[in-house]
Amino acid sequence: MTYSSDDPLTDTVWVENVSVIDSMPRWLAMTLLFVGFVGTWEIATRFGWVSPIILPSPGETLKDLYFVGQNLLSGGYMLSALWTTTQTVFWGFVIAISIGFTLGVLVGETKFGERALLPYLVAIDTMPKVAFAPLFIAWLGFGISSKVALAAFIATFPIVVSTAAGLYAASENERMLFKSMGATRMQTLLRLKLPTGLPHMFTGLKIAAVGVMAGAITGEFLGGGTGFGALIRQSASQMNTPRVFALILYLSLLGLLLYFSVLWLQRRIVFWQKENQSGTFG
Amino acid sequence: MKMAEPQDMSISKQVHRPVYEIARLSKTYASNKLVALTDVNLTLHDGEFVSVIGSSGCGKSTLLKIMSGLMPPTKGRVMLEGKPVTGPRVDIGMMFQQATLLPWKTTIENIVQPIEIREGKAAAKAAYGKAQDLLSLVGLGDFANVYPGELSGGMAQRAAICRMLITEPAVLLLDEPFSALDELTRDFMNMELQRICNETKATAFLVTHSLSEAVIMSDRILVMKPRPGRVVEEVTISLPRPRTLDMINTEEFGRIVAHIRDLLDKEAMA
Repeated sequence: MTYSSDDPLTDTVWVENVSVIDSMPRWLAMTLLFVGFVGTWEIATRFGWVSPIILPSPGETLKDLYFVGQNLLSGGYMLSALWTTTQTVFWGFVIAISIGFTLGVLVGETKFGERALLPYLVAIDTMPKVAFAPLFIAWLGFGISSKVALAAFIATFPIVVSTAAGLYAASENERMLFKSMGATRMQTLLRLKLPTGLPHMFTGLKIAAVGVMAGAITGEFLGGGTGFGALIRQSASQMNTPRVFALILYLSLLGLLLYFSVLWLQRRIVFWQKENQSGTFG
Repeated sequence: MKMAEPQDMSISKQVHRPVYEIARLSKTYASNKLVALTDVNLTLHDGEFVSVIGSSGCGKSTLLKIMSGLMPPTKGRVMLEGKPVTGPRVDIGMMFQQATLLPWKTTIENIVQPIEIREGKAAAKAAYGKAQDLLSLVGLGDFANVYPGELSGGMAQRAAICRMLITEPAVLLLDEPFSALDELTRDFMNMELQRICNETKATAFLVTHSLSEAVIMSDRILVMKPRPGRVVEEVTISLPRPRTLDMINTEEFGRIVAHIRDLLDKEAMA
């Protein structure tokens, strides 16, 4: 297009360049990526680039997905396994929140907690926590409690750290304001520091939600029992790869449910936090 | 420049009773032996607006913290309404650079917060009528049930003014209250503050970095210098009240600003 730039009545309108890929809506972008992924997968298995024992075809996986889904819906043994894992995750999360929150407040609010407790917590946090699994099994046996313990153990630390960080989040001026209003230490903690720290704490909870799932499944891998993790291990040892894939997909639903429950709670409780600060998915 | 003695003030303005009296005030920080303030003497009279100006490190923040009861003095006498200031008091109102409104409380809940902290929820609820009157005073009458996230910077500071006034304090301590706002809003808010102080007959003490703000707002300005923090001169501003923004263009205003800048520049070059 040519402008007759001499004509003062001609507008100099132009269009900003936005790539087609970036202007796609989310649903289309997600679908496109999914189709591309499954397509590549199908091609890789159909042309025999990978052995079906290592990577089953999408069709095989879908068949198992259907089979496992049917078992779950008809209340079969897989449903009871999923229920066991759900209980492990639930209690692990509850214990992690109680212990993590208490320790976090001690570290964030008291000088003693910061000086005495924090160094030990940091030291334990740097250890590979899964390595404690045999200990939990030795102490608590092969039942659900050793898995709950490992799940809780892994999920506690992000909650401690985020709670303590949250308590530091109130600004100097806000603290001065509360002091000048004659607020007691307890009032300042409950009415200023804890509410101000809530966004931090929810970030910790989301990390913990992922950790508690990993802890529960690792516990079931190592300690056997009747959970979903044990099912996955059995299928894997039978080289039933499509079944493993299917089980993992259903398991991820449990993780998503937990994660989005936390996100939903965050939106309800920390209603003043802007959407872009909490993120669409985070 | 006319350096008015207190008795001169009686010509244009009636001499009022002293509200806040500071004598021989010194502050030395124990941790590093830093002398933050030395021999500060200051009297705020009823209805007076006094500012303190100085470069950073001149001790004006320390002075404000001592005056608000957030920090004990090392030496000297600090008296508000005839009683020594030994901690935070209900008759001291404070305002900061940030509005520091709690985002999970509505505007009106924020305003009655000082009452809620001291006397509990019931007393806070009982003060809603008064809070609403204050909101109308600062022009936020329709914003009582709005959350602070929806207020602009200037509106948030108006709400902070209401929160400061709800306990009917004897003195207002203002710590650079509008310095985070853009200049146009800031000028406007200063005129609003003057009107509010006039209507509530407030005694106010302002810490500021802005020369023109100090001159346009104050009856007197304390010029402070650092190392050690001290008051080097007290400048009386005889511009008539109510002040208007176009007074900035007057000769008198220019003279006062030039004089204070001269005082501060000597320090900056030293």
